[in-house]
Amino acid sequence: MHLIACPWCGPRDEAEFSYGGEAHILRPEQPDALDDAAFANYLFMRGNPKGVHAERWVHTVGCRRWFNALRSTVTHEITAIYPMGTPRPDRAP
Amino acid sequence: MAEIVLRQSPLDHLSLDARAVAEPGPAGVVAGERRFVAKVNLRGDPADEAFVKVAKGALKVFLPTTPNTVDGKRDRYALWLGPDEWLVIGAPGTEGRLVADLRKALDGIVAAVTDVTEGRTVIRLSGVHARETLAKGCGLDLHPRAFGRGRCAQTRLGKANVILHQLDDAPTFDVYVERSFADYLWRWIEDGASEYGFAIVAEPIMAALKARRATR
Ligand SMILES: [Zn+2]
Repeated sequence: MHLIACPWCGPRDEAEFSYGGEAHILRPEQPDALDDAAFANYLFMRGNPKGVHAERWVHTVGCRRWFNALRSTVTHEITAIYPMGTPRPDRAP
Repeated sequence: MAEIVLRQSPLDHLSLDARAVAEPGPAGVVAGERRFVAKVNLRGDPADEAFVKVAKGALKVFLPTTPNTVDGKRDRYALWLGPDEWLVIGAPGTEGRLVADLRKALDGIVAAVTDVTEGRTVIRLSGVHARETLAKGCGLDLHPRAFGRGRCAQTRLGKANVILHQLDDAPTFDVYVERSFADYLWRWIEDGASEYGFAIVAEPIMAALKARRATR
């Protein structure tokens, strides 16, 4: 059983969580100013790293709160859990 | 609110009362449905002193801020559901008054009060093997060192989403299950508990057993 540490509830079975895709995707401040290619880039294009990935999770079955996590796409090891809206802990701000 | 004569609890069709015993004897797990327990979802900011003070005044219980803990006793509890969300429990039939009192008290304060009574029913199970029965289908560590009296959790039991609340060290658990999963979960519990000896008791007897244990 893969345990994910909800920042509120503590370690819970992975099956209690839902995946929310890549974290830190910001909606463009002026979407009207974007051309189709730039908007498509914002909307559809995502990183696909082999290694550490910053991603969003929600504790669906539990407290239903969202949070960000750094997870290795190779080993599934989660190296950081941090609040949404805060910068990636492994990058200088 | 529905007329009381039209009201059907989610497990009524199983006629549990007809199978209930007055004396559960050596049963390792004793269970019953707690029908029509009042359930009110309360949301507000625990950092807002006015909200906390007014809610405490209206409910006579604290809103716990430690995740997955409960404050209260007998038929009034506040269960932590999230950092700004609680499930307030009251005696059967009191949800209308509870909602009205809370809304009146919280007037002018940022908060949300929602009657969710009909959404779930409560299965109470108690006995020396109640914990093992739940552990058969629950990913939580239910060992007393990790989960004990006064703890609650939203999690999965079998294939149903539930809210667990441990009331005492018997141990006794209240399992809040969504209406449409109640039939499934009751049968799941009965199946899981059968190897320990399983007895169904009606609500007043459940309360009497609990009181007898408390005075021992
Ligand atoms: Zn959680």
